[in-house]
Amino acid sequence: MAVIEAAPPPAGAGARRLAWRQAEVVERVAETHRATTLVLDVPGWPGHLAGQHVDVRLTADDGYQAQRSYSIASPPEVPRLALTIVRLERGEVSPWLVDEARPGDRFELRGPIGGYFAWSVTAGGPLLLVAGGSGVAPLMAMLRHRAASGEAGHAVPARLLFSSRSFADIIYREELERLGSAPGGPAIVRTLTHERPPPGWRGHARLIDAPMLAEVGFPPAAAPKVFVCGPTPMVEAVAEALVGLGHEPGRVKTERFGATGGE
Amino acid sequence: MTTTRGFTGRRGAEADEQRVPPGQYVTNDFPVLSAGPTPHAPLDRWTLALQDGGSLVGKWTWEEFQALPRTELTVDIHCVTKWSKLGTAWEGVTIDDLLAAAGLQEPPAPYLMAHCDGGYTTNLPLEDLLDGKGLVATRFDGEPLAPEHGGPARLLVPHLYFWKSAKWVRRLRFMENDEPGFWESLGYHIYGDPWREQRYGGD
Repeated sequence: MAVIEAAPPPAGAGARRLAWRQAEVVERVAETHRATTLVLDVPGWPGHLAGQHVDVRLTADDGYQAQRSYSIASPPEVPRLALTIVRLERGEVSPWLVDEARPGDRFELRGPIGGYFAWSVTAGGPLLLVAGGSGVAPLMAMLRHRAASGEAGHAVPARLLFSSRSFADIIYREELERLGSAPGGPAIVRTLTHERPPPGWRGHARLIDAPMLAEVGFPPAAAPKVFVCGPTPMVEAVAEALVGLGHEPGRVKTERFGATGGE
Repeated sequence: MTTTRGFTGRRGAEADEQRVPPGQYVTNDFPVLSAGPTPHAPLDRWTLALQDGGSLVGKWTWEEFQALPRTELTVDIHCVTKWSKLGTAWEGVTIDDLLAAAGLQEPPAPYLMAHCDGGYTTNLPLEDLLDGKGLVATRFDGEPLAPEHGGPARLLVPHLYFWKSAKWVRRLRFMENDEPGFWESLGYHIYGDPWREQRYGGD
């Protein structure tokens, strides 16, 4: 298995419990028609690594509670946490977060969780990020962290291959365009999978496949650190194609979310 | 307790506190969660090994493993990422039958580390695997276990969070002392009882 670059939290029974904290919504950002970013003030937040996630807990008036996990989209350098959430039609928690939450609302969260699917500039690169839909959120934290790290960040070659259903579904579209065109910025390659691209589209128009990964990704000999996040079928296909191209399986880190029902 | 303005909840099967552990929701899907690519072990090169210290105390090829006594188990499973799936049907070889097949009257040590294709590991107390509580499962829902769900063979320990039910298991190593496996070294709970909501270290 790959070397763990990020310092993990202490393990075992002696570890301190991850406390539930109060999060207050300070801003809502409409990303797409289905995705919203909530910017949160979380007093006492201990800091995190790009790629980690939090558990969110909502409580109804009669005490009924529901929990879900969401990736952190903001980099460690920013004190306020950003979560980007897509509304799932049969969801229980995401509809409240996407449609109902407004500035001043409070709910509980705890974290950061997960030290494997995490990256920092000190771990080096090259960095190959492959995202599907809202799977871009933890990878965005990595790109934002890279951008916030100045020279050290620019020294790490980075590429993002980002698959969205349609042009209107591209999360962080303008910020990614800015990042990609900035000096020392990452290479951003986009593909649209379900709708014909608009006129003048400079990107792909099919599911991510091995030829696309061979074209966009670094060669296996460059030993890139690879992070893949998206819906299960996309992650399975991408990880398999990367291994087929010769990338060391232990350097391909994946995070999947279920296609339906799961949040 | 802080309540969340405007949140009422969906109140599906998860409202059954006898059946669904705290903080879980019920899904009819079978989500896939793995830290890396899915390995594909060819069956003609697959073996399952039982290791005690430096010595191999049992080893089975796929064909030999198929000849061991089979057990069917229908259970609820609970993933630390919050989903639970009710009434899942598995088939495989119990750890009891595996020890018996290796000629072991009782386990030589109180803990066990499961080692898997891809490098994944997880630690378990033996008492959580004995008396029919643990299975090396090769079939799900009447079909051979799919690779993304851990096929050809995974551990099944349904009373603990599902990361303990290690996919692609290849070697079971007895340990005198409890040592953390992969997720247990990355902040997840050393034991992982969903009914006590032992998700992370310190829970």
